[in-house]
Amino acid sequence: MISKGWKFYWKLFASTFYLSAFTFGGGYVIIPLMRKKFVDEYHWIDEKEMLDLAAIAQSAPGAIAVNAAILVGYRLAGVLGAMITILGTVLPCLIILSVISFFYVAFKKSIIIASILRGMSAGVAAVIADVTLTMGKNIINEKSIFSVLVMLLSFGAVFFFDVDVKLIIAVCGVSGLANVLFYKLRKKEMK
Amino acid sequence: MPLIQAQVVDSNHWLSMKEFVDIITISQMTPGPIAVNSATFVGMRISGILGAIVATVGCVMPSAIIVLTIAYFYYKYQDLWVIQGALKGLRPSVVSLIASAGLSILLIALFNGNAASWFNVNLSQIDVIAGVLFIAGFIILRKFKTNPIYVMLGSGLIGLIFYQLT
Repeated sequence: MISKGWKFYWKLFASTFYLSAFTFGGGYVIIPLMRKKFVDEYHWIDEKEMLDLAAIAQSAPGAIAVNAAILVGYRLAGVLGAMITILGTVLPCLIILSVISFFYVAFKKSIIIASILRGMSAGVAAVIADVTLTMGKNIINEKSIFSVLVMLLSFGAVFFFDVDVKLIIAVCGVSGLANVLFYKLRKKEMK
Repeated sequence: MPLIQAQVVDSNHWLSMKEFVDIITISQMTPGPIAVNSATFVGMRISGILGAIVATVGCVMPSAIIVLTIAYFYYKYQDLWVIQGALKGLRPSVVSLIASAGLSILLIALFNGNAASWFNVNLSQIDVIAGVLFIAGFIILRKFKTNPIYVMLGSGLIGLIFYQLT
């Protein structure tokens, strides 16, 4: 169990704040950022649990970045932890938005900002490609045809056929349940 | 987005459509989830910092309650086959959904927002800088396990330099 002194809480807040400040290009990028920080760097959470949290974060209503922060905070330090991480996630956005809101016309038209953001999109894409490759490899290493099938089919569905994400999540959850149920029943039969 | 628009522009007339579109544009350029950013921005436009705080809290609270409830049950009943079952199906979907989001971002970066779908891609219009940044960033991440934040900052910086020059 991690000892929970002030230093820990501060570290939790600061890292969440830092990660949230770089969550550009859609909330999904927070997953690799959190992995790097909480799994690889701090070793506060292990790889598999992080994936579970990511699964819950994306399935629950609300922004994935906020959900992920809530889950990580709760996991590490209960409701207090969740409040700290929520604060850490929301504060940088509040601050940056407040500042920008005063210059928002200039900001909108700024070529400098536009250039930076354009460059960053490529970077975000690279970060996501990297984590996708790592997690994809992990899924394949599980040697479960079911998992690989779900991964490929859901990708096809969302990317090529524009199926509603909520529907995909529902179907994946249900099929997981069906799969486990199937094996349980089979085990019962064989007794 | 449509939900916020219905409330803010149509029902309560707190903002004009044009102001709302501006807000969306800016929310996409700032860090953070677009839904929360839009809510914050709307709150700020309507009644300053207090409005921003109130709107943000309102946006985040339902998620917080729902997610915390789910988390409580997840940790309490983790080993129940129902939960493990659902997660078994959901874990691979995390990979595919993130991959899909990433690929969409890549397409937007490579074709400067002009690839409506995977199928009508015009190869002669590739943004080479974006392509190079993507490949370089990817290799750096794989080979050197660099902090992804540095990669994002670096690509932003390079974008700043090179996009100004063209």
